[in-house]
Amino acid sequence: MKTSEIKSILKELTSTPALSGHESALHSTLNHLWSPYLDEVSISRVGSFQALRRGTSTQPCPELLVTAHMDSIGLMVSAIQDGFLRFTEIGGIDPRLLPGQMVTVHGKRDIPALIVQPPSFLLPVEFQNGIVTLHSLWGDCGLPPEKVNQQVAIGDLVSFDQPFLEFENDMVCSPSLDNRASLAALTYCIYELVNRQPAWDSWFVASVQEEETQAGALTSTFQILPKLAIVVDVTFANSPGTPSHKTFPLGDCIALGWGPTVHPYLYKTFQELADQLEIPYKIESFSRRSGTDADSLQLVAHGIPTMVVSIPLRYMHSAVEVVSIKDIQRAGRLIAEFIAGLEIDYLEKIKWDETN
Amino acid sequence: MGRNQLSLTLPPFGATQIRLLEKVSNAQAVSGDESDVRKIVIETIRPFVDELKVDALGNVLAIRHGSGETRLKVMVAAHMDEVGLMLTSEEEKPEGFFRFEVIGGIDQRYLLGKSVKIAHQDKFGVIGTKPIHLTTPEERKTSVNIDSMRVDLSGYTNKARIGDRATFATQFQRFGDCIRGKALDNRLGVVALIELLKQPYPNLDLMAAFTVQEELGLRGAQVAAFALNPEMALVLDCTPAYDLPLEIEDPDHLPENTHYNTKLNHGPAIYLADHATLSDPRWIAHLVQTAEENSIPYQFRQPGGGGTDAGSIHLQRSGIPSVSLSTPGRYIHTPAAIASLFDWKNTFYLAYLALQSLTPDILNHER
Repeated sequence: MKTSEIKSILKELTSTPALSGHESALHSTLNHLWSPYLDEVSISRVGSFQALRRGTSTQPCPELLVTAHMDSIGLMVSAIQDGFLRFTEIGGIDPRLLPGQMVTVHGKRDIPALIVQPPSFLLPVEFQNGIVTLHSLWGDCGLPPEKVNQQVAIGDLVSFDQPFLEFENDMVCSPSLDNRASLAALTYCIYELVNRQPAWDSWFVASVQEEETQAGALTSTFQILPKLAIVVDVTFANSPGTPSHKTFPLGDCIALGWGPTVHPYLYKTFQELADQLEIPYKIESFSRRSGTDADSLQLVAHGIPTMVVSIPLRYMHSAVEVVSIKDIQRAGRLIAEFIAGLEIDYLEKIKWDETN
Repeated sequence: MGRNQLSLTLPPFGATQIRLLEKVSNAQAVSGDESDVRKIVIETIRPFVDELKVDALGNVLAIRHGSGETRLKVMVAAHMDEVGLMLTSEEEKPEGFFRFEVIGGIDQRYLLGKSVKIAHQDKFGVIGTKPIHLTTPEERKTSVNIDSMRVDLSGYTNKARIGDRATFATQFQRFGDCIRGKALDNRLGVVALIELLKQPYPNLDLMAAFTVQEELGLRGAQVAAFALNPEMALVLDCTPAYDLPLEIEDPDHLPENTHYNTKLNHGPAIYLADHATLSDPRWIAHLVQTAEENSIPYQFRQPGGGGTDAGSIHLQRSGIPSVSLSTPGRYIHTPAAIASLFDWKNTFYLAYLALQSLTPDILNHER
């Protein structure tokens, strides 16, 4: 798949806000991108998009799950006063990014608005010289109070209004690249598999609510009960001001997760495969949790051997997230090759050393 | 002239003007680098003016002569420049990250996580931020200094250069009577002045100055006023509206916002006094009378701080009686301002009608 194709897929995927808990608007996009190449599509009870690519094995086919969350962070209207809006967050948002942020309020119709910090003299004393918490910022639609009351209600969703920007060097900038970048990688993987004959059944799941409760991946994993799971998410890319030991260079590599949420044998397989394919990677070690859907889905039923593959992304949870298309290709290709090469008896190899 | 007579002759001010506003709002003209807006101004006003020149600093000076015997020389000024950034140095490693300084008054708390566009180039950068996951709750209560911010232009091989200017990458948007865009301070004034120039004023020589470097201390207007040498001056600008609600902590004691400066949708704001100018009372009386006679809504900008080009114009040569008239704008000098079409339209009409009814006689009254 060409870089330009991935860019346009990413543009399509990021054009729908799909805030946590309200992801269904993305179903038609995924249906359009994925279903021509897959055998079965369903929507889970909580709204995750589940698609199956059947394996070739004539024996009972083991099932593999590849999942990436489709929800994104945003805001919700929490109060309306004199035509001005107050917000609460969906997912983690640093309030320091919000003054001057253009947003769309999804009221009775979409209304452009602006988040602002009131002038000092209108603020409580403790905020007059510094940073204002989310609860003291206002949203301004520029409309008279009676019009705002007609159009907007408490609970309405608010998404970032920031256009998709294409840089040179295969880099793009947009809100919601966490985690649409990973959905683009899944798309890449699905397309790569079109002319391949994987033995396993592969489930591709776009999960809901990762940013809040990880409810989507957890429940789809229970429904599918895969023998293996691969979680694709974004990780921190380095930029000035970020600690180098917790971040990854952008456009240079992907990150392979290592820690208690990752099965060591799966990790080993991915590492060897990446070496063999000459896909550059770095180890992302998490001493406890990974901060991805893997943390919950690993614990489903009897437990699932899980792998985490991550795409570096700059300025996570801002309206100007930046990723490199190259890293998306790398993640998609690695997972496609893993699936294509998965032997029917792979599970027998996944054993703890002590039992051998 | 009474209201009924005038309503027949009011020039149009609607969709065409909004389109022009969109064009100049999206154009980039950081103080000291106003060429993109200057170009639009010149090509739009050329057919309507008798004299046109660009001076040494880049001000556009244009004169439209009246047809009457005795004519008053009136300067009308609107600054073309806007606040923005200048790239000042590049990081050695990783490449493509630039330090910057702000040009004009931008509150640093409005910069993080915003996209910017480099002037004269099709390049976008972003002012990056540390992911929330890597910050501590204490850190999130501290303002980030401009010194620790960078513009990320690493997405370009053909690099931006030190000295390049940038503005917020905001695109103009209209929703009902509300307009949202960057640089509404002072493209609102620029378009109003362009429209004023399209009309004849028999009793005036209308001397338009589209000025530069206002945001750096009213610098362009100073030489423009010297060159034009007018008898009076009117400045069209955009002034903050701080008409936001107060925090309500004690429901039994509802406080009032008494420092609103101006209020949106209350009409154009007439200046009485700001930090730089004590408005000429004859001008104030003339504007008020014009508004009252023609039922045009208006408000007084709360006297106090701030300044417009009038600050340097009124001190030029042997003194130039001056006043300012502004369209209120919320959040000016941030990525986007919000203003009202109602206020803007009425700013234009008030200025237009005041100029139509202005005669040299006004200077026969004592200040």
